[in-house]
Amino acid sequence: MAREATKGHKAAVTFLAWGVALLIFFPILWTFLTSFKTEGEAINSHPSFLFFDWTLENYETVNQRSDYLAHFWNSVVISVGSTVLGLIIAVPAAWSMAFVPGKRTKDILMWMLSTKMLPAVGVLVPIYLLARDAGLLDTKTGLVIVLTMVNLPIIVWMLYTYFKEIPAEILEAARMDGATLSSEILYVLTPMAVPGIASTLLLNVILAWNESFWTLNLTAASAAPLTAFIASYSSPEGLFYAKLSAASTMAIAPIMILGWFSQKQLVRGLTFGAVK
Amino acid sequence: MATQASRIAGRLMLSPAVLLLFLWMIVPLGMTIYFSFLRFNLLMPGTEQFTGFENYTYFFTDPAFWPALVNTLTLVLGVLAITVVGGVALAVLLDQPMWGQGIVRILVIAPFFVMPSVSALVWKNMLMNPVNGLFAALARGLGLEPIDFFADAPLASIIAIVAWQWLPFATLILFTAMQSLDREQMEAAEMDGAGPVWRFVHLTIPHLMRAATVVVLIQTIFLLSVFAEILVTTNGGPGTASTTLTFLVYMQSMLQFDVGLGSAGGIVAVILANIVAIFLMRMIGKNLEA
Repeated sequence: MAREATKGHKAAVTFLAWGVALLIFFPILWTFLTSFKTEGEAINSHPSFLFFDWTLENYETVNQRSDYLAHFWNSVVISVGSTVLGLIIAVPAAWSMAFVPGKRTKDILMWMLSTKMLPAVGVLVPIYLLARDAGLLDTKTGLVIVLTMVNLPIIVWMLYTYFKEIPAEILEAARMDGATLSSEILYVLTPMAVPGIASTLLLNVILAWNESFWTLNLTAASAAPLTAFIASYSSPEGLFYAKLSAASTMAIAPIMILGWFSQKQLVRGLTFGAVK
Repeated sequence: MATQASRIAGRLMLSPAVLLLFLWMIVPLGMTIYFSFLRFNLLMPGTEQFTGFENYTYFFTDPAFWPALVNTLTLVLGVLAITVVGGVALAVLLDQPMWGQGIVRILVIAPFFVMPSVSALVWKNMLMNPVNGLFAALARGLGLEPIDFFADAPLASIIAIVAWQWLPFATLILFTAMQSLDREQMEAAEMDGAGPVWRFVHLTIPHLMRAATVVVLIQTIFLLSVFAEILVTTNGGPGTASTTLTFLVYMQSMLQFDVGLGSAGGIVAVILANIVAIFLMRMIGKNLEA
């Protein structure tokens, strides 16, 4: 690799890579910058990149509309709630498949995956009607249930691939030392499983936070998370770029920061272990 | 290694997940199939009656059906082409030694974390708007006529937005696959006088094939369900210019309240997705044995 490691080559690659990366990132950067402009500045026909009068008024306005915080809170409850509920169901299932595999374990895993292949629109009407009849339409509970089920296969699969990597010999050693099943789970397995569970939690919160089919179709106003709240900005078109930018920045910032920590897990989780 | 007790415990721990997922799949899907054979409109409750394949006939002869099918395939194939080609290029680029690689990677994957309604609105208003958008300002700066993207090329504009969202995913997967490329083989080929193009075609590309297949299959599953991007930008229009199967079913069942027709469309979408799913499942299943 001697030839490729030359300074000139490295500088050229760096220049090109940074250029492409900034181009891809630009819409997000532009949104961030616009959120600090006045509305007039935001639609200026000679847009200014950095040299404008920076203002926080958009953030104040968006936050004063107290419904923004309500929608933010809905997003938190729905994404964290569905993830935690999913983990409660999935951890025992993944544990048993990883450590006590049976003849049909592989079939069960594949079948779980196949439920994820079902396009949402194929079950839109029944889920809508069931939610309506159960009084769960436009409620956080309803969305927590739906998103739990939507992401359950991914959660089980991710946990399974992590648990699979815990060496079974350790469990056997613990059993030799007279550990009971419960203390085995509690003291041996749990500490080793925590990183995998944390990664799964992280990725799943991201997926649930951004889920935009069910959240848009099953909510109206009171339970609408940020996905639906931001979508409502599509009507008063063209008038509120700066406020749209401020609301967007606040909606994506928390999840983007989480996302940057979860790059590796993202690959594993979204490819069901096919690429690691 | 499994004792009788742990086997029973294992089964008990597995059953809630299996049972819930089974219900989640079979109940709504059964209802959709059932509805698809009924004349069933939410605006006319109590008038449901069995109509055989009438809904399917209506769905297939709906003037929006063929455009929707073509649009769905165009959207999926268009986004796949952009993201796979772009993803391979970016993965190779990111794999080179450079300064600040960590930051570059963070910038490149960022769009994946932007929720679909935000990215659709940002692109629609702040970038692509023909009057106030940044692209229009750039066009005017160059003395060109600004393009009205969503009026003149609605589907292409949506493809651009969705490709922007999924390019990071493709890049990340392909970049991860690049890490396991056999460097010694690469160096050996270089010693033997193989040029960078030869090495790319004969070593890099075959190595990335598997990851690229996974990218194609997984993205297809998600792309068949693209919804928010259409809803907030064009609403399927103008006319049916950007209506996809998913959006058509949404309009029929949620806006026209025709549950029977929407269900028939839903089943068509399920069948379409299943064709893709069979291939994906086979790939992942093979990996499970390895």
